[in-house]
Amino acid sequence: MTFVENRAVISGVGQSQIGRRIGRTGIDLALEAAERAVAHAGLSFDDIDGVASYPGPVAAEAGFVGAATHDVRDAFGLRTTWHVSGVETSGQIGTLLDAAAAVASGRATHVLCFRSVWEATAQAAGRAAALTSKMSRASGHSEFRMPFGAASPANWIAMYAQRYMHEFGLTREQIGKLVINSRTNAALNPNAIYRDPMTMEDYLNARMVSWPFGLFDCDIPADGATAVIVSRREATSGLARPPITIEGAGAALYERHTWDQRTDLTTMASHDVAASMWKTTRFTAADVDFATLYDGFSYLTTQWIEALGFAEHGKVGQFLDDEDNYRLDGRLPINPHGGQLSAGRLHGYGFLHEACVQLWREAGERQIAKDVELAAVGVGGGPEAGCMLLHLTD
Amino acid sequence: MAQAEGRMLPEVTPDSRAFWTGGFDGELRINRCQACRQWIHPPVGACWKCRSRDVAPEVASGRGTIAAYTINQHPWFPAFPPPYVVALVELEEQPGLRLTTCLVDVDIDAVEVGMAVEVVFDVQDDVALPLFRAVAA
Ligand SMILES: [Zn+2]
Repeated sequence: MTFVENRAVISGVGQSQIGRRIGRTGIDLALEAAERAVAHAGLSFDDIDGVASYPGPVAAEAGFVGAATHDVRDAFGLRTTWHVSGVETSGQIGTLLDAAAAVASGRATHVLCFRSVWEATAQAAGRAAALTSKMSRASGHSEFRMPFGAASPANWIAMYAQRYMHEFGLTREQIGKLVINSRTNAALNPNAIYRDPMTMEDYLNARMVSWPFGLFDCDIPADGATAVIVSRREATSGLARPPITIEGAGAALYERHTWDQRTDLTTMASHDVAASMWKTTRFTAADVDFATLYDGFSYLTTQWIEALGFAEHGKVGQFLDDEDNYRLDGRLPINPHGGQLSAGRLHGYGFLHEACVQLWREAGERQIAKDVELAAVGVGGGPEAGCMLLHLTD
Repeated sequence: MAQAEGRMLPEVTPDSRAFWTGGFDGELRINRCQACRQWIHPPVGACWKCRSRDVAPEVASGRGTIAAYTINQHPWFPAFPPPYVVALVELEEQPGLRLTTCLVDVDIDAVEVGMAVEVVFDVQDDVALPLFRAVAA
């Protein structure tokens, strides 16, 4: 079994300007990323016949939704045959997996997939208003959390982390090694937001947010957009670079969509999607050259490491003790760009972008030195996750 | 329970009314499948285990243990100051049946997984919030 018969590939990627409070709209950023991705692939906008985005025009906190698919289609006058966006999908890259299925089945040939956020600018503008506005009642998914002060994913995920630490002895210092590794990598990434070196002391002494999470366990709201072109393999001859095959993908969700009812609190939906991904490929975890793993909160990366099979369940602490396992020149480099913790919350798509850039050997100073042809990408946390295995052969 | 002032209150729905108002009678009411007896929280209109649509609130013991917790230090709500302990309380009725809730009247440094707790209700307007406190040893 293979994922969509290996007919879907990535032909180009692009990112907008990225930063804190840069004062540009989400649509502006989305258009910039789209222009760069289309040019990077060696395509023109006349070739684009599909558009996919996460999450689309949904009610959400300010800046979370940068642009809808219609915004980008309208702006560039695209003539498209297939479109999708949605928040009810498998992690932030779920609609991209739908795009892969769309090109494989002939509904589109080149799909522009994007994620745009401008949370840094929007939050700065809205902060004063939010403090003075009357609190409304908690409804929908937050009805059973907000009244107890569990206001943020920081709280919900901290409880998973605490239970895992209790069960398996994982320490803050071990998690901190992963955070520091990301910061070390970010120093080599000109687009990262935080590039100053971080020591273990800095990490441990940072302001506590929700124990065991301190400030540096939480990612940074950012402004920025990422675009990825998913193409049908047969349509990529003569394009700018060799296509990256979407070799495997996982979108399985097997438990309730809640943050507190998962049967085993020491696993997450990442375990469901990873298990289903490995069924779509002949490769195994041992074949993977590097990984880009979601870190909206530091602990989520440790979950991905175990879910994807890079460390045995319960043993990620030992994995983290040996930095040769995951540093840039190690056996399995993790988050060469700095992840969302240091490079900014591009909300999932940043990990996909980095995996492609590394496979094409276009990562500049942070380029992984060894040969890399197989990358694992894991995106999401809690009850929401999606993952991919990307393969480049020349 | 003065700790609760400044909380964001829940929007009570037909599905959740029993849960949010049972405390006025001193009862913790949780949805339960009438076919296979599975307890279900948060309440939904079917039983995820046997798919029966016959679910209805029943009175739970209000006793449980701490499955996981976090000590929140960030002022998410200006009128609800940190630190406070958010916990997943696993009710004794069934493994995995958990409430996200707040611990009250506890020594923060003494909180641990497996600690026995019991429900106390905090009345705010039209709802009685189920909070938990340590059971005296
Ligand atoms: Zn049932």
